[in-house]
Amino acid sequence: MIEGAVWRKWVFYNIPLILFVFVLLFPFYWMIITTFRPDGELYRPWNAANYQPFWTNNPTLDHVLYLFEETSFGRWMLNTMFIAAVSTVISLICGVFAGYALARLNFPFAGGLGTVIFVTYLVPQTLLFIPLAEIIRNFQLGDTPWALILTYPTFLIPFCTWLMMGYFKAIPKELEECARIDGASRWKAMVYIILPVAVPGILSAGIFAFTLSWNEFIYALVFLSSPDQKTVPVGVTSELIRGDVFFWGPLMAGALLGSIPVAIVYSFFVEHYVSGLTGSVKG
Amino acid sequence: MEDERWLAFALLVPTAVLLGLFIAYPFIEGVLLSLNSTRVGVKGDFVGLKNFDKIWNDSIFRTSVWNTFWYTGVTTVFKLALGLWLAMLLNRHFKGKALVRAFILLPFIIPTVLSTFAWKWMFDPTFSVINWTLFQLGFITQRINWLGDPDLAMTSIIIVNVWRGVPFFAISLLAGLQTISPELQEAAAIDGARPWQRFWHVTWPLLLPVTMVVVLFSVIQTFADFQLVYVMTGGGPANATHLFATYAYQLGIGTGLLSEGAAVSLAMFPFLFLIVVVQLLYIRRVETR
Repeated sequence: MIEGAVWRKWVFYNIPLILFVFVLLFPFYWMIITTFRPDGELYRPWNAANYQPFWTNNPTLDHVLYLFEETSFGRWMLNTMFIAAVSTVISLICGVFAGYALARLNFPFAGGLGTVIFVTYLVPQTLLFIPLAEIIRNFQLGDTPWALILTYPTFLIPFCTWLMMGYFKAIPKELEECARIDGASRWKAMVYIILPVAVPGILSAGIFAFTLSWNEFIYALVFLSSPDQKTVPVGVTSELIRGDVFFWGPLMAGALLGSIPVAIVYSFFVEHYVSGLTGSVKG
Repeated sequence: MEDERWLAFALLVPTAVLLGLFIAYPFIEGVLLSLNSTRVGVKGDFVGLKNFDKIWNDSIFRTSVWNTFWYTGVTTVFKLALGLWLAMLLNRHFKGKALVRAFILLPFIIPTVLSTFAWKWMFDPTFSVINWTLFQLGFITQRINWLGDPDLAMTSIIIVNVWRGVPFFAISLLAGLQTISPELQEAAAIDGARPWQRFWHVTWPLLLPVTMVVVLFSVIQTFADFQLVYVMTGGGPANATHLFATYAYQLGIGTGLLSEGAAVSLAMFPFLFLIVVVQLLYIRRVETR
């Protein structure tokens, strides 16, 4: 800042930044405060006298208890975690293999295949959910976790492949050639030389894939039907609303607890997540 | 080189099988379904383009098309403008920068359905905290029925989408900004360029490739969006806020008209295809430059 008077810095930088952070985080604050607020305080009209919306002096765990006692929330958490973890692992394996082949091996149509995978990366779930629901039913996979474990990779693999291709291309060819001269096969060179170097990329792709699976909604909504099979986003949507009645306390408790696993994974690997995110758009 | 071919083939098989079974196959099935008259439990007959003809004359479908374009256009402009602004605010050294950056991404990583419920609760007709705040500040005397009025409902949905998308734009553009050498800025400043000129003639052209990709990604995601509208309004009030995807869901899954639902979904395809072609051409042009 050459021309930097202090007030300028506040007006042009600090205050706008504070406003951004406030708006971006407020809904999460609202989630937390609603979770611990008793029903009597929750359902007071917005123009009621002496209404203190931003704080409560009578925090309660009722909504959290309701979630675990009256609904299958625990099951939903386990389901989501299992589905996200398995589909992430499948996608990582496929993505690493395909990314390596496309980045490093000579074979006909390599360029065309790369483009096809990139295009499938851009196919939204909402384009195919109706015919896919029929297919899932014909394969006898309806209402089982496998309906999601096998379909989530369709949007995770292209992303993983794309990201891994970038990583593999950045690793010098000489590294692999040395191993090859020492007598290692192509496969061994990949597993023992290239993969260890690409660990940061694999981590980025994995974390990104995990958060995407946790977030997925429409497939889970359409392919699963019994309450015990549901994932968190679908369970919260369908079991905590009865007709027009929203159970806001448990709903917000569910939203809060359902966000925690993703938030934890994210907080441990922020840097990897960011490089996965920016890698996904830089290609 | 013969062994490489076999290895490449073996490495690509798992990906090809999964993408073939769950993308290519359903796509073909979807096209067939849309040319059919299938309902839940009733195997249909071939009807040609009748479903498309029917939805073309369906006023709810037309509203959904208009909504989808309006929703995509407005949110993209706001996400880009606010995201760029936020990226520039973050592109300097200050205490706690890493922490701020980590927190800012939260709206993007927290499952959309869950954070959208928080917004729905904030927009609640009777217990809205936003109304409370506006009332306390003296801006309103009557309640605002955020999700009950068609236009306001669309605006509310747009607000939530922008809220969720700004972090993605900001962080991606920040990554782009960080690759621009500060020396270029300094050189322009020494030559007497004003801050606005420096942005327009130095930063913006260098940032354009990243911006293009981010915008195209976001346009596709927004165009095909489902969860946000499903949670906020379910397409209501009176079917006024449907997008392609939510209307397809209502027809196909809600009322069981599978073929018509598939037709509504597939109607997205030409637009998505166009966007993807633009993106591929653009990437190719950048790569060959």
